[in-house]
Amino acid sequence: MSVTTPSGAAQEAAESSATQPILETRVLSVDFGGLKALDGLDLSVCPGEIVSVIGPNGAGKTTLFNAITATVAASEGDILFEGKSLIGLDPNRVTSRGIARTFQNVRLFANMTVLENVMVSQHCRTRQSVFGALLYTKAFRDEEAEITERGKEVLSFFGHRLTGYRFDQPAYTLSYANRRRLEIARAMATQPKLILLDEPVAGMNPTESAELTGLIGRLRDEWGFAIVVIEHDMEVVREVSDRVVVLDHGVKIAEGDYADVSTDPQVIEAYLGHGAAS
Amino acid sequence: MSLAELSAAHGPSPTASSSGDGTSDDAPPRPPFAQDWHRIARMGAIGAIGQIFISLSNMPVKLDGRAIIEGVLSLGYLSLVVLPLAAGSRVGHQLRREGVPFHRPGAHEVIGGAACGALVGGGLSLLAMLIANFDLREPLVNWSPILADLLAFNCGTAFAVIIWLAIGAAVGAAGGLLRVVPPLARRVLWTMVLTLFGSAVLESLTTDLAEGMGIEGLIDWFYAPRGGLTITGAIALAAGSGVLAFVARGRIKGAKARIDALEGPARNRAHLGLILATAAVLVILPMFAGKLTNELLANVGLFVLLALGLNIVVGLAGILDLGYVAFFAVGSYSAAVLTAATSPKIHPELPWFVALIGVVLLTGLVGLFIGAPVIRMRGDYLAIVTLGFGEIIRLLFLSDWLSGWFGGSQGITNIPGAEIFGLAEVAGTDPRSVFYLVLAFCAIAIYVSWRLERSRIGRAWMAVREDETVAEAMGINTVNVKLLAFVVGAVLGSFSGAIFSAKVGSVFPASFLILVSIVILVVVIFGGMGSIVGVIAGSAVLIGVLGGPKQPGLLAEFSEFKLLIYGALLVWMMLARPEGLIPSVRRTRELHQEELAQDAWLRGQTEDEHEGNGESSARQPSGEMS
Repeated sequence: MSVTTPSGAAQEAAESSATQPILETRVLSVDFGGLKALDGLDLSVCPGEIVSVIGPNGAGKTTLFNAITATVAASEGDILFEGKSLIGLDPNRVTSRGIARTFQNVRLFANMTVLENVMVSQHCRTRQSVFGALLYTKAFRDEEAEITERGKEVLSFFGHRLTGYRFDQPAYTLSYANRRRLEIARAMATQPKLILLDEPVAGMNPTESAELTGLIGRLRDEWGFAIVVIEHDMEVVREVSDRVVVLDHGVKIAEGDYADVSTDPQVIEAYLGHGAAS
Repeated sequence: MSLAELSAAHGPSPTASSSGDGTSDDAPPRPPFAQDWHRIARMGAIGAIGQIFISLSNMPVKLDGRAIIEGVLSLGYLSLVVLPLAAGSRVGHQLRREGVPFHRPGAHEVIGGAACGALVGGGLSLLAMLIANFDLREPLVNWSPILADLLAFNCGTAFAVIIWLAIGAAVGAAGGLLRVVPPLARRVLWTMVLTLFGSAVLESLTTDLAEGMGIEGLIDWFYAPRGGLTITGAIALAAGSGVLAFVARGRIKGAKARIDALEGPARNRAHLGLILATAAVLVILPMFAGKLTNELLANVGLFVLLALGLNIVVGLAGILDLGYVAFFAVGSYSAAVLTAATSPKIHPELPWFVALIGVVLLTGLVGLFIGAPVIRMRGDYLAIVTLGFGEIIRLLFLSDWLSGWFGGSQGITNIPGAEIFGLAEVAGTDPRSVFYLVLAFCAIAIYVSWRLERSRIGRAWMAVREDETVAEAMGINTVNVKLLAFVVGAVLGSFSGAIFSAKVGSVFPASFLILVSIVILVVVIFGGMGSIVGVIAGSAVLIGVLGGPKQPGLLAEFSEFKLLIYGALLVWMMLARPEGLIPSVRRTRELHQEELAQDAWLRGQTEDEHEGNGESSARQPSGEMS
């Protein structure tokens, strides 16, 4: 995104930051009572990279997302975002640092309109107070126009599906696939640097998931987001991932590109059970 | 009263749209005596129990003094014919399902209604017999000869038994008949009935207004000296309203549809015109109204202010606050302490408007103080904690510990009125000026609600209401946002409190019972959560007509049964119209206009788009960008 900086020093800094991971977890552990949902996980995501996290049910994938977004507290280890720790922040502070997420079971603001859904998620990027709203100041109107504009921009990323008359439709009138799209749009509107997608194609038909796979690539290419995606659909994982991380019982059991990981005996064992690899 | 009428009026009306349904026109009317006797027996039994309950609640005896039409019908007897009418009408109600034949309404409805109505009336016959033979005055205080005489029209038990069966059957048949007559006739009939009822019930208001405008002569012709419409007046009113309803048929709806169909600036202009017209009426009306009406309007206004404040907390941010009266109390007391010379410890005797700054700051602080622990909870726990805080605040004002400041149970008396920049003195002795002051603050509250709802803060409130966890994950600081809702709501409530103390001239802890919180919440729910117009309409109906916790309404006779009617209205509302009397635009739009908009848009769209499983496979995402 910011490679066109004129000064050489800045360019150097940009390059060095390109090699430095944007997100890094260090020996991250999450305990639920006695159960270790995540156990000493080391994970890094570089800027502009798409990392898939896969693993059988209960492997700790969603817990990883919850820990990164501070929805659950990490019991051990550290989470670094752009070199700074996220431990101890409220979820809304994590979002304003630049991490946005979607949810496995779609959770939109169902009674708000499509446009309002993407407007409200720009909350942490806007500053107008009660007084601005009451006095209807120019700054307030400008900001409203700006977030409306940006909202429409992210919605138009999905073609006609979320635009036009749908701007003013309550979110609950959308079809299932469009709800998933709106969730991604809502995450994009928070102006993040990193997007966490929790099973973005779950419940979609093959055509829709193929289309969404293309969109995930474009999210990175056109918008410059780094993306971590949890996915069960191996077609999608193969298509989008630069790197695949496999979790089982909260532990990373494999990491690498899709071809390596998919033939790893440990991974096959985790998915299919003991003895399946032979 | 209006409960049953409304349910009858709003109940699905099979006759209304039979022309649209091909099968119903061809279907023969059902034979008159082929009835669903189970249904008739069930509704009749429920109605009979209702009749006995109404009678034993003493409503007929108490309201017998209030005449609707002189010498013909009193409010007391009216309360006894509502249930047979509703039951007779409901029993003819048919569920319409596709593919199931739907019979044309006819004699069947009338006979079923009469049978059901007779059963309902039979409840009173039974009661009359029981009163004659058993004495149950010990547990049931209203089990009295007065009730027996009322039921028997002073003609003995046997007459009572027969007459109530007959009245029930006749009224029930009339209810059934309502389903048979064409919709236009039904609408005209309802208009006539409601006009008669309304003009009889609102007698004090119309008389008051007529005196202000100097047309008492006309009023004397319509109303009997001892209350109630004269027979000639009733006939004239019924005829006049019937003709009007006939002439205006479809026009009101048409005009509303035209305004709704307007787009953009034209629509805004139409709305602005409506608002200005309403404002003009509200400014001009009190000039002609007497003390009584202005007092009533001022009370309604105070509750509108409170309800608008609570609407922000409950309707927008979704925080169920059951202790909202706390802010009303803090507003009243802080205004009293700051303005009155008689307040025990400090008496700066500030002018009211200067004191208002202090009131706002203090209430805002109290809002923060109460809000900070409360908003960390969710759902039921939050509601119970707010309930507790509401009581704590009242008990603090009542306590001996703080009586040095607030006078304990003696309260603070002799609070001066509000002086407005030396222009006018607003005090309880001049309800008109109080109303204007309340009106000004209501305008402020409406503006605040309206502006905030359409701002980033209002959207954040709605997001918190929808899903707090997700709102937090989308970067909204839910703690701050909820706290802000609490404080804004508190400040609006404190305006009401400050005006209240200037109006009444004294404040006592007893004015801030938990009942006030409940009533305000009922107003908000009844009117329509999140809807400014709804909240105002809710206050007008509940506070204006029925009366507030301590304030008399237009139906002063009802004050004893106020809470009973509140409860009945709320139950009916939750069953029939859970979105409230006048729901917010958001909800109306969701419920009704979306389908039309969707169809229109689809027709305009050149490319056909199917959602969900039928997503077209040929198009690439990039091709869709526009």
